[in-house]
Amino acid sequence: MAKVKGDIVVDIERCKGCEVCIDTCPTQTIAMVDAVNGKGYHYMQNVNDACTGCTNCAIVCPDGVITVYRVKV
Amino acid sequence: MTETTIKSDIIKPENLVYKKTDLMTDKVLSYCPGCGHGTTHRIVMEVIEEMGLMEDTIGIAPVGCSVLAYEFMNVDMQQAAHGRAPALATAVKRLMPHKTVFTYQGDGDLAAIGTAETIHAANRGENITIIFINNGIYGMTGGQMAPTTLPGMKSSTSPYGRDLDMMGHPLKITELVAQLPGTHFVTRQAVHTPANVRKTKKAIRKAFELQQQKVGMTFIEVVSNCNSGWKMTPVQANQWMVENMFPFYPLGDIKVDGEILKNN
Repeated sequence: MAKVKGDIVVDIERCKGCEVCIDTCPTQTIAMVDAVNGKGYHYMQNVNDACTGCTNCAIVCPDGVITVYRVKV
Repeated sequence: MTETTIKSDIIKPENLVYKKTDLMTDKVLSYCPGCGHGTTHRIVMEVIEEMGLMEDTIGIAPVGCSVLAYEFMNVDMQQAAHGRAPALATAVKRLMPHKTVFTYQGDGDLAAIGTAETIHAANRGENITIIFINNGIYGMTGGQMAPTTLPGMKSSTSPYGRDLDMMGHPLKITELVAQLPGTHFVTRQAVHTPANVRKTKKAIRKAFELQQQKVGMTFIEVVSNCNSGWKMTPVQANQWMVENMFPFYPLGDIKVDGEILKNN
């Protein structure tokens, strides 16, 4: 099976910390962080390397803050 | 864009699989965290981009939370008086029949003050697409009871729950317009999970394609959350929506190709 690796870029200043994306991640790659952005919201961030670039988090994000990249390795 | 991860080998333009469409402006959305409006805005714009209609689309913004939709959607927009978006869309479509015209309305706009406009535009069979966001509450003004509020549901004007004897029954306007001969495609969707977002996107694309075939009105209801109006966190609100809204507002197509499906 071809292995797929992904990565996300989060626009932290636009993230409102709604946490809707967290449960959609099949690999538990994303989590809320303790730090806050300029508006005082906790934001989400990828916390490990398990991302497969499935785009679930980006599709469900109300504010469109997530950009997804994927590569076959 | 603020880049927060160390640029790995994966983050290169040729590996890009998903980014916010350019048809959404860079303005920060005015919606509460977790609101379904943002997702719905984005998928409408994605469909328009995929169909190459960005120069041939006119959207009609309503009054309500999404009154500023014209600030976020990077296509031609008009803003209608409260509830009058279908009337304005009728005028726009009749004057410019080659344009794709859609209205984007909430339940206070479409199912309360604009009921007459909605029903008559549907009955006339105007070739427009209506995208109707139903969260069962007047979200913008502070969570008051709307015609779509569920039986027993608490809101700021029904603090003990909606009492059907005193306040009447909720209005299922989507089923109502499906009865009218002017509508061609009527469906109810949601945007709380990736699978539902994909289904809603498909439905919106189908609606725009049908509009180009001039077959009549296409109507898409999106059952959404209102976490600040319901006084919940976004995740709790989505859960509450699945448990309480969906049994009353079941998801799925209601009318396809002008025929009402039997299970409705």
